[in-house]
Amino acid sequence: MRVPGYWRNMSFLYRLAGWKCVHCGAFHHYKPVVCRRCRSKEFAQVELPGSGRLIAYTVVRSPPKEFERCAPYAIGLIELEDGTKILSQLTDFKENELRDDIRVEAVFRRVRINGEQGIIEYGYKFRPALSQS
Amino acid sequence: MTAAIIGVGMTRFGRDLEHQLPELAFKAIDEALRDAGVSKEDIGFIAFGNVGGWSGEFFPLPIVCEYAGLNPRGGMRVEAACASGSAALAAACMAVESGYADIALAVGAERMNELASTPAIVELLGRGGNFFWEFEMLGLTFPAYYALFARAYMDEYGATEEDLAKIAVKNHYYGSMNPKAQFQKKITIEDVLNSRYVAWPLKLYDCSPITDGAAAAVVASERIASRLTDTPIWVKSQGIATAPANLTMRRDLLSIESVVEAARQAYRKARIEDPVRSLDLALVHDCFTIAEIIAYEDLGFARRGGGYLLAREEQTYIGGLIPVNTDGGLKAKGHPIAASGLAMIYEAVKQLRQEVDRGRQAPIKHGQALIHNVGGTGHFAYVTILSLEKP
Ligand SMILES: [Zn+2]
Repeated sequence: MRVPGYWRNMSFLYRLAGWKCVHCGAFHHYKPVVCRRCRSKEFAQVELPGSGRLIAYTVVRSPPKEFERCAPYAIGLIELEDGTKILSQLTDFKENELRDDIRVEAVFRRVRINGEQGIIEYGYKFRPALSQS
Repeated sequence: MTAAIIGVGMTRFGRDLEHQLPELAFKAIDEALRDAGVSKEDIGFIAFGNVGGWSGEFFPLPIVCEYAGLNPRGGMRVEAACASGSAALAAACMAVESGYADIALAVGAERMNELASTPAIVELLGRGGNFFWEFEMLGLTFPAYYALFARAYMDEYGATEEDLAKIAVKNHYYGSMNPKAQFQKKITIEDVLNSRYVAWPLKLYDCSPITDGAAAAVVASERIASRLTDTPIWVKSQGIATAPANLTMRRDLLSIESVVEAARQAYRKARIEDPVRSLDLALVHDCFTIAEIIAYEDLGFARRGGGYLLAREEQTYIGGLIPVNTDGGLKAKGHPIAASGLAMIYEAVKQLRQEVDRGRQAPIKHGQALIHNVGGTGHFAYVTILSLEKP
């Protein structure tokens, strides 16, 4: 992606924020025309809770071209405290610390180094929560 | 009105950079026409399944039509990701059933090795999901999607990496007897378990390969089919469905909801209540080993959480509850994405006609076979029932 394109999209890349359907609660990263779950047209701007539960995760060892310098990296499907599901890279974990169903929390990290221009892109990732209770 | 398959053809699958896309397609078309005993002048419509984008032509069908001598017949390119082959069959059947053509051709061809490196192919396939939200920012590859399904499934039911390995071993066993398969060698559980992780818990031997190949089927109307052959293979039903593109919009990772819907449609139209007692065999979309196990459940061969037990107890070999992937599956036969659906159709037709190589011919008692072809991670699902008996 070109630099201006990246910055234009920046806000929902580095903030856990977006639009929630006021009828069914479905989360959208940007303000949609119509809710992708219930077809309603009413939305409210929200901040998502920064913590949740890891549903399942994987560790990618055979990466696509743009992520070659990041491999291996872990990706998880996470259910946040308000029920919103999101996919995110996982970070700051020790060996054997990742398990499905553990609590995780959001942190701000470098996501990848972009293509030939070598732009460092930041965004949120999730790590095992310091408190697992 | 019903359509029947009267001829099938496919190339030897594998890494094939000698043949261009139109040449691959032609080889499959030529074999299918000869098998059907018709000539290219008899074809009234062409449905061409191809995902493409590896490089090469942006609009491949005109080159295929010219090369195969099909001009001036008309057609269209059909795309439903890895289910494009079944989508091409659907389009050919619709052309015949609508009365537009008496005989139509369904072709699927893919030349994936045009792209030189595995990371480049991983990148292209990764774009198959919800591009921006799942790939651009995450690096979620295709194996990684299915790895999430595998983890969720293993957590929920206690399946092990060894259970997944059983699928690869079975499919390589049948691939070893299939002269058209990419890999014609048997493997052991240890081979699978010792292969490197691609996306934990999936290893290299849990994944279908990158393949070049083509497959084709000649589809005829009821009137023409009965006249041309004693063993028309009737397309009894096709169920077609989609599921949300973004994984976070799916109910869970234990089932592919589009497959459940496509199977419901296909079984209802074919009046099948108990699939394992009505089908002689099934060709299922084992792009990854976990996908075959989840398919057993989504297709009703096993109860929820019982799919991995069918694998563990080797119930899907010939002689078991229901033979699955007697051609080696995508795992061993190869997976040239838009050709795969028609390659499954090819195997099902040969099986029903009892023309398959020794050792992998399933007993044909009910005269019915099922083809399960998935695009993406269930973004598209096609379930097709083929039958010796006219519906
Ligand atoms: Zn809604």
